[in-house]
Amino acid sequence: MSDAILELDGVSKAFFGIHAVANVGLSLGRGRVLGLIGQNGAGKSTLMNIVGGVVGADTGTMRLDGQAYAPQSPADASRHGIAFIHQELNLFTNLTIAENIFVDRFPAYRFGPVALIDRATMFRRTRELLAEVNLDLAPDTAVERLSPGERQLVEVAKALQLDANIIILDEPTTSLTARETERLFELIGRLRAAGKSMIYISHILGDVLRIADDVAVLRDGELVAVAPKAEFDVGRMITLMVGRAIEQFYPPRRWKPQPRILLSTRDLSAKGIVKQISLALHSGEVLGLFGLMGSGRTELARILFGLDEFDAGEITVSDSPVADPSPRRSIRDGIAFITENRREEGLLMNMAIAENIALAALPRFGATPLQFIEEARMLAAATQMADALQIKSGAIDLQPAKSLSGGNQQKVVIAKWLMSEPSIFIMDEPTRGVDVAAKYEIYSIIGRLADDGGGILFISSELEELLAMCDRILVMSKGEIVGEFEREAFDKERILRSAFREEGIAA
Amino acid sequence: MANTEGPGRSRPRAFDVVREEPRDFGGRAVGVMRGILLSEYFVLYLTVALFLGLALVYPELASARNISNQVSNIWPLLAVAIGQTLVIIILGIDLSQGAIMGFVSVAGAVVMASAADPNLLGGSPLWGWLISENGGVLAGSPYAVAAAIVAMLAVGSLIGLVNGFFIARFRMPPFMVTLVTLMLFSSAGIWLTQSQNIVNLPPGFTQLGAGDIVSFYFGEKVEATIKRRDILPFVTYPMLIAVALAILAHVILRRTAVGRYVYAIGTNAKAAEISGVPVKRVIMLVFAFSGFCAAVAAILYSARLGGGRPTIGAGAILLDIIGATVIGGTSLAGGKGKVTWTVIGVVFFVLLGNALNYMKLSAFHVDVVKGAIILLAAALDVTRNRLLARERGG
Repeated sequence: MSDAILELDGVSKAFFGIHAVANVGLSLGRGRVLGLIGQNGAGKSTLMNIVGGVVGADTGTMRLDGQAYAPQSPADASRHGIAFIHQELNLFTNLTIAENIFVDRFPAYRFGPVALIDRATMFRRTRELLAEVNLDLAPDTAVERLSPGERQLVEVAKALQLDANIIILDEPTTSLTARETERLFELIGRLRAAGKSMIYISHILGDVLRIADDVAVLRDGELVAVAPKAEFDVGRMITLMVGRAIEQFYPPRRWKPQPRILLSTRDLSAKGIVKQISLALHSGEVLGLFGLMGSGRTELARILFGLDEFDAGEITVSDSPVADPSPRRSIRDGIAFITENRREEGLLMNMAIAENIALAALPRFGATPLQFIEEARMLAAATQMADALQIKSGAIDLQPAKSLSGGNQQKVVIAKWLMSEPSIFIMDEPTRGVDVAAKYEIYSIIGRLADDGGGILFISSELEELLAMCDRILVMSKGEIVGEFEREAFDKERILRSAFREEGIAA
Repeated sequence: MANTEGPGRSRPRAFDVVREEPRDFGGRAVGVMRGILLSEYFVLYLTVALFLGLALVYPELASARNISNQVSNIWPLLAVAIGQTLVIIILGIDLSQGAIMGFVSVAGAVVMASAADPNLLGGSPLWGWLISENGGVLAGSPYAVAAAIVAMLAVGSLIGLVNGFFIARFRMPPFMVTLVTLMLFSSAGIWLTQSQNIVNLPPGFTQLGAGDIVSFYFGEKVEATIKRRDILPFVTYPMLIAVALAILAHVILRRTAVGRYVYAIGTNAKAAEISGVPVKRVIMLVFAFSGFCAAVAAILYSARLGGGRPTIGAGAILLDIIGATVIGGTSLAGGKGKVTWTVIGVVFFVLLGNALNYMKLSAFHVDVVKGAIILLAAALDVTRNRLLARERGG
């Protein structure tokens, strides 16, 4: 392609002997949006890390604007006009929006060798950039106070500030609300009109079809298809990604709720966080918890697991009230908790996959803390679990968790909890950033757990998956349970209305 | 094509480089260098190279007498650095170890000293009720030495536990808490003894410092008796004690659940807590162990000096402890470290100090050179980690 801004030829990279990217040749047209899709571990992130200078390729060449391009570092890539917005955002949460945007090139007053930050210019420019991304926030707001969606837009603003010609967006919408997603797409459209090129990575195939000009499909590190989007539909994309046709998105419903209550609360309150929560989770039940961001659903999950304190009310687990809630006690009581924040709360990123999988169940492999761990038995159990969940990796006792793709990381978190043999599973956004095939596997695990008599509290902002999987859905808003729907009475619009606590909001 | 440029340099055409087994001699040499640089025992190779290099210039460095001397310097530093290693792995720092050593040294002497000089210690607040002309609390008792050792270990562990309690329970920064205990116990030790040493420790105790089990004599057998100073001890009580402590710590770290928990907490305390790791208890345990290790070092030093000295842990020793631990490879970012690395770091530090003595530099120059070499070692380590990260991704 003559008007290509970025061309890749024969690019390969292996980690621990496993090919993450194999002989990929690809080109990105000027002023075009390339949708990059593939399952978790297909090599999307690795390929983009090579383009973004995060890792070096083993073989292959790249050309940028016709010139040989081999970035030595992310800073080098950004000097070449490539901005990479990572799936796990890389903002300094303790700094302000303005400081984050200008962190590598502060506007300054210069007095010879002394430079002082020109705060007025920085704030003015930030205000302009925030207006460009439609974010109505003061430039001196600390990033830690922003929602994930707002942080995403700050990242885009930062890329605009760098005057990047190529913007790579890795799973940008996973934590965005519908309204924020709309805003982002509109922004992508405007940037394209302004001649910027973008690579858009996503599992949400409908979005890719909507926003991309061309689509490239990766499978097991290889490029299996690349063409204008007109040649694709969702079915074909899935078939290409998986390598076979997928008939079903959800597993068959074999489980049936039993009368026995595993976990219940009575008038549970924590000041300013949750109010008068009374709920019951039954054996064999998948109980959905739906709510908008900030509705208190994650906070409720943390309290139930014993991570955060509550002021009033009672939690009962297996018919006995919990006197001294703590994560350790919860795990002994058979509760597992998949947090929404994999990187900060779910995994020991620098430690081996096997260590991660065995962590919650360690007492099983060495009953007292000072007893020797039965290494061989532990590794065998972890390997078995990794195989059962089809975690795609090299040697699990050597490879660190951080080297895995997002979906495989999530499977490691699930494997860790399955090892502790829980009967109550609290899952906060378990399918976030996970591809179709892995999603299906996670749903299957949920089904199996329920079929075995376990109870699952399934928290999600994707109403579709709750409607498909749950026996009952509770709706939270502003820290309270504002609605309860039995499976027979599931109604998307009514559930959404109740989440917004207002009438007349269309789905 | 083989990469003969060397991996450490900039790689302007990284994409042209196909990584395969180097065939030619230059390539193989680069491969070996790379292997050494990327090995986890890089500091060991560095230490051996430093020793061989210096031995060429200063042959006395490699003499049996010098080696015997220097080896004996390793053990107390190793004992205390082991505790620091565990603390640093959980993303902590223990500044109070030196202060604990001084305080514990005094405490032990107060228990077992067999006599004391009123002219020196008469002004001590302990004079008359804990220590007098007739010595310490258990002076003359057959159990004095055993009781003193137990007391020293208990006091050290207890101070460490206090550190751990404040850090774990109130989530206070380790730097602050241990700085406070550093100030408190170093001055307490000096106040209690009015800055005097308590000598006259029972021979059963001082033997711990000097007692040798396997010694060597190098020389001709011309006289019927060998002079004491010509007998060079190698296997000594301090060695056995420090090595036993190292093995204990190594086994706990690598083989037990507590060890797993230590690494997990240092890597991500939040994720560890959610996964059911008893974070607070492990933090307290690790700081108590750090105090225990400081007490062991205090026992070894006090025995060698033959007295309770409030200042044995004062001054630059704290930097030696932390420096040796970090040079060994234990990461100040937490989650990464090994006892074996610390052993190497300690050997490196002792060798460095020894070599600088031979250079006959002034004390000020010694510190300058020491600093420069540590900086160089740290720079090499950073380069090494960057290469590793680029190779393994993420």
